[in-house]
Amino acid sequence: MPATIETTADLSKITANEQILLQTENLTLLAEGRELLAKISLTVSAGEIVTVIGPNGSGKTTLLRALLGLIPFDSGNIIKKPKLRIGYLPQKINVDPILPLTVSRIMNLTGRYSERQIKNVLQETGVSSLKNKAAYQLSGGEFQRVMLARALLRNPELLVLDEPVQGVDYMGESELYNLIASLRNSHGCGVLMVSHDLHVVMASTDRVLCLNQHICCQGEPENVSRHPEYLKLFGIDSGNALAIYSHHHDHTHHLSGTLQKDVK
Amino acid sequence: MILLDDFFWRAVFAGIGVALVAGPLGCFIVWRRMSYLGDTMAHSALLGVAVGAFLDVNLILGVFAVAIAVALLLFLFQRQKQLANDAVLGTLSHASLAMGVLAISLMSWIQIDLMAYLFGDILAVDLYDLYWIYGGGFLIMLILFLLWRPLLALTFDNELALAEGVPVFKIELIFMLLIAAVIALSMKIIGILLVTSLLIIPVSAARRFSRSPEQMALGGSLIGVISVVIGLFTSMQFDTPSGPSIVIAAVLFFFAANIFALKKNQ
Repeated sequence: MPATIETTADLSKITANEQILLQTENLTLLAEGRELLAKISLTVSAGEIVTVIGPNGSGKTTLLRALLGLIPFDSGNIIKKPKLRIGYLPQKINVDPILPLTVSRIMNLTGRYSERQIKNVLQETGVSSLKNKAAYQLSGGEFQRVMLARALLRNPELLVLDEPVQGVDYMGESELYNLIASLRNSHGCGVLMVSHDLHVVMASTDRVLCLNQHICCQGEPENVSRHPEYLKLFGIDSGNALAIYSHHHDHTHHLSGTLQKDVK
Repeated sequence: MILLDDFFWRAVFAGIGVALVAGPLGCFIVWRRMSYLGDTMAHSALLGVAVGAFLDVNLILGVFAVAIAVALLLFLFQRQKQLANDAVLGTLSHASLAMGVLAISLMSWIQIDLMAYLFGDILAVDLYDLYWIYGGGFLIMLILFLLWRPLLALTFDNELALAEGVPVFKIELIFMLLIAAVIALSMKIIGILLVTSLLIIPVSAARRFSRSPEQMALGGSLIGVISVVIGLFTSMQFDTPSGPSIVIAAVLFFFAANIFALKKNQ
């Protein structure tokens, strides 16, 4: 049985009023007799950010792929809002330099959108200056922002993001998560994403599912980060958990590269 | 046409037809890193020649059929995970080449010039081949034109294309058929062992000057056509096999393009 953390009363009230976009009931997926996903029950509502975390091979990507209908599952149910518009960002795409694609061309790969629409979404994700740049010249962060903009073109009700900060430098990670949170606010869409690091994603997520084939625990990020199942899964000694994560930096990095000691 | 009565001009027109198709199709082979797959299908062509000769049907049809069979076999093998892809490709490639040589040597009642099929022979192109190349080539171009956008989308990312409603499996299958068809059509001019070079080298040279996928495809066709013409004239002049002559011409373009790009970047 998955251990569920008691969520606070007002959170459950909010989700009850919200429109449910996607729901699974006991979703199970087998491969060669092994359970890749075991009885996953989850709900994503409009305007809500749900983050799935788990170690490598825990089934995070498999879960997203099953939800998107890319792979068949063995038992259980997936219920989607009728005609749900999904914006999907798969795991980091590597564009080979031999493929000459500009950013604006990437935006038009499967749909046809006007110059104006493309400019607007690129502006929203802060990369409008890259419109005519070649895809392979983009940095990890720039590329993910372009892909986010591309997902917005479909006017999504639900964003499905598989490790959106992969290939992004550490400083860019939290900026990108902030961007995702602000897109949720401006578009009112739900967000279901996979992340490897709870502590970076914490500030910009409403609910966390801790996955290891089955749902180990779920709830608000602060609660999950202290949950024994979570600590066990990530090999963190529960006695030290707070000591590890509540540390402070004693210096600041400046853009020029110099370090400055923080004044206590 | 009197012009087409001349074997040399038949070869030139055949080569131009093949090079035009090779541009856009070759782009996808390079973008999707499928050159080794193209090679494997090409090596099966000799077996196709043997099958065609044995059944007494047009050899282009024989080659097309065997190349498709090899492609399907590859599809099946890709589902298993014990053997790496390149090991499967290498095995199929050489198995089919060996079977082709054996089959042809066993069919003692048929005269087949092995060298001509392996490396291309401008004397071999007859009027029927020209009909096949331009008829088939037009069909290939038409299909490629219709599939251009979805093919580009799945080349960018398979998963994303699938999630956005592109029928990935169907389009990949059709793409394999197109490769098989081009191999069958260009075999006589370029030769079995060198067929894929016409798909890969001209577009790789064109990459240096391309800002869009379409530019690269057209550039590849153009460089391919010029390589064919230069190659065939040298072949005529110095009595060299046509395939290698064309390939060397294309390779010169490739090096020139790279040197030019290096100079520009300095």
